[in-house]
Amino acid sequence: MEVRLSTHASSYAHPEVLVSTDWVANHLRDAKVRIIEVDVDTASYEQGHVPSAVGWNWMTELCDPLVRDIVSKDRLEALMSKSGIANDTTVVLYGDNNNWFAAWAFWQLKIYGHADVRIMNGGRKKWLEEGRELSADVPTPAATAYRASEPDESIRVYLPEVRSSMGGSTVLIDVRSPAEFTGEILSPPGLPETCQRGGHIPGAKNVPWAKACKEDGTFKEAADLLNIYASVGVEADKPVIAYCRIGERSSHTWFVLKYLLGHKNVRNYDGSWTEWGNLVGAPVER
Amino acid sequence: MRAEAYLAREETVAGWVVRVISYQLGERFLASVENADVGARIARAEAGTREEAERVAIDRANERLARTRRRA
Repeated sequence: MEVRLSTHASSYAHPEVLVSTDWVANHLRDAKVRIIEVDVDTASYEQGHVPSAVGWNWMTELCDPLVRDIVSKDRLEALMSKSGIANDTTVVLYGDNNNWFAAWAFWQLKIYGHADVRIMNGGRKKWLEEGRELSADVPTPAATAYRASEPDESIRVYLPEVRSSMGGSTVLIDVRSPAEFTGEILSPPGLPETCQRGGHIPGAKNVPWAKACKEDGTFKEAADLLNIYASVGVEADKPVIAYCRIGERSSHTWFVLKYLLGHKNVRNYDGSWTEWGNLVGAPVER
Repeated sequence: MRAEAYLAREETVAGWVVRVISYQLGERFLASVENADVGARIARAEAGTREEAERVAIDRANERLARTRRRA
């Protein structure tokens, strides 16, 4: 992957991974394109979705149902197949909350080697706001025989490596809200507390995920993004680990750093605060 | 169908700044409340009028937000 990260970035490193709502509206019936909605609120899809879009439930279809883990290769293959996705299909992901779980799905599809995955810039919010057509029909695409690659673990990081990276050259970015970062609250307001301790991993910098977005939910321009992350020490070729509470907001930041800014060495710590903040003996900073 | 009259505004509920979003979908009005800082949805509701949908969503959000503890 070519890295174009520079102090004068004027365009995204990989603009092909973003599509506009216009582009999606013009490809609703394109047999080579499969549109997938993935929401935080799993009931949103039923209220009305982009016509022809298939809905994925992140809680049951993008996670292992027993062990805390991402979806397994077998289950991902089954999900892709029943969604009518072939290995050469262009997959366009979108969802609520500025594409949090669309980014989570994007990250998992990249782990399993799907070549052409894109995100609809602005997500569900922009589609609704623009008054575009919605459908309540659930499509039933012809099944495929999808084959996933072996997982690419280079874009994921686990606890031991996060621990050993503390104090080194790796930039740890905590993308939660400032109140979660400082330990003032243990989870986003209104949601159940899912950790024993509040605060952040020692040395982590706080760059809330939303800083990457404009008011309409689309991503900020490359130069703005570059400044945001450069201000906390993110530089080309410097290793970066992003984390949040359960790994979906940090997928969003991972996407920004890797695909919009072209950062080579960025990984998502999906164990995130629900792992670290529950560990006996883990150091915590406030 | 299309989402019509999409509106979003910020207000404070139980001491937290939230975004209240509502729109019409066919005959129904849908409202949701999300925390402004984090962006996560807290509650949603559906009703025959915008006012009712927003009222119910805000009531539900209020209940959940009131349980959120701030630590020193």
